[in-house]
Amino acid sequence: MKTIYLTMVLVALSLVSTAQVKVGDNAPDFKLLNTDGEMVALSDYNKEDGVILVFTCNHCPYAKLYEQRIIDLNKKYKSKKYPVVAINPNDSVAYKVDGYSYMVDKQYDFPYLLDNKGIFSEYGATKTPHIFLLKNSGDQFEVAYIGAIDDNPQDASEVKEKYLELAIQSLMEGKTPKYTSTKAIGCSIKPFK
Amino acid sequence: MKTAFFIILFNLSFVLSLHAQEVTVLNSNQLLESVDTSSDTLYVVNFWATWCAPCVEELPIFNSKELSKAYKPIKVVLVSLDFKTQIDSKLKPFLQKKDITEKVVWLNESNPNNWVDKIDPSWSGAIPATKMYYKNQQTFHEGELTHDKLKEKIQFILSMN
Repeated sequence: MKTIYLTMVLVALSLVSTAQVKVGDNAPDFKLLNTDGEMVALSDYNKEDGVILVFTCNHCPYAKLYEQRIIDLNKKYKSKKYPVVAINPNDSVAYKVDGYSYMVDKQYDFPYLLDNKGIFSEYGATKTPHIFLLKNSGDQFEVAYIGAIDDNPQDASEVKEKYLELAIQSLMEGKTPKYTSTKAIGCSIKPFK
Repeated sequence: MKTAFFIILFNLSFVLSLHAQEVTVLNSNQLLESVDTSSDTLYVVNFWATWCAPCVEELPIFNSKELSKAYKPIKVVLVSLDFKTQIDSKLKPFLQKKDITEKVVWLNESNPNNWVDKIDPSWSGAIPATKMYYKNQQTFHEGELTHDKLKEKIQFILSMN
């Protein structure tokens, strides 16, 4: 009886604690609609070494500044078992161009998922773009890095430190990244209600 | 007669230039140095950009004339995170069009990771965001504010002293 009670309490607690993930935490799973009409889940990537999870959108000028850099990241790291998975957490009520058909128009060569389930809040993403680098730790994905792609949003040619790539390199070498979290400017998320 | 005309023209251009909105360029350290916490001035520092719709929407609440009814002396600083290439083409025309008379600072920083924490460690970097300074007290709010909420926050920081 006591065990049942304790189990109930633990289950209740786990339901309540939808706090933001920290570096080292397990990455929340998701199953969201991709632009090809199929559902994509984090667990689909169990054979990869990691996932570059990018919360982004169409309308935000900062997301636009990083669009090409995100495409390039996938080109460079997909074959190295760190593919990009992009998630748009915005409801098109706020910005029409964040709607599904406009996501399809992007024709990205990586999944671009519509988050109408509030996955962004499970991760604690607050803005677009917002990066979560996930490491495959065997039976789970673990959050290894949170923050910015690099140190110069406005001018890609002036970038000195590529925070995200440095973190990926470290993981590939089995080391702890020099930076595990960085701060970036972005547009606040306009979620589905 | 001709001279009188030129004097009028000169005065007119002077009056017009008073209305032209100036944008002060500061880096994050200079911005923080401009906050005088030894005075009894309440500083309301709002981070925004013309490309950020919720920021533009809430901008009218940062009217120092209106806010000085709640407390005086008050200093409003609107810190623009517009792109460098758009200061002249977007920011300045926007200020003129909206007739914004508050102090506007364009933040001369390239790497957010170097300065976001200096404003507030709890800030994720999403805008709008509003920081207040009053004597040795500080408050921070990430996200949109309403006029009433801003007034509440002002009362709160004043009451902390």
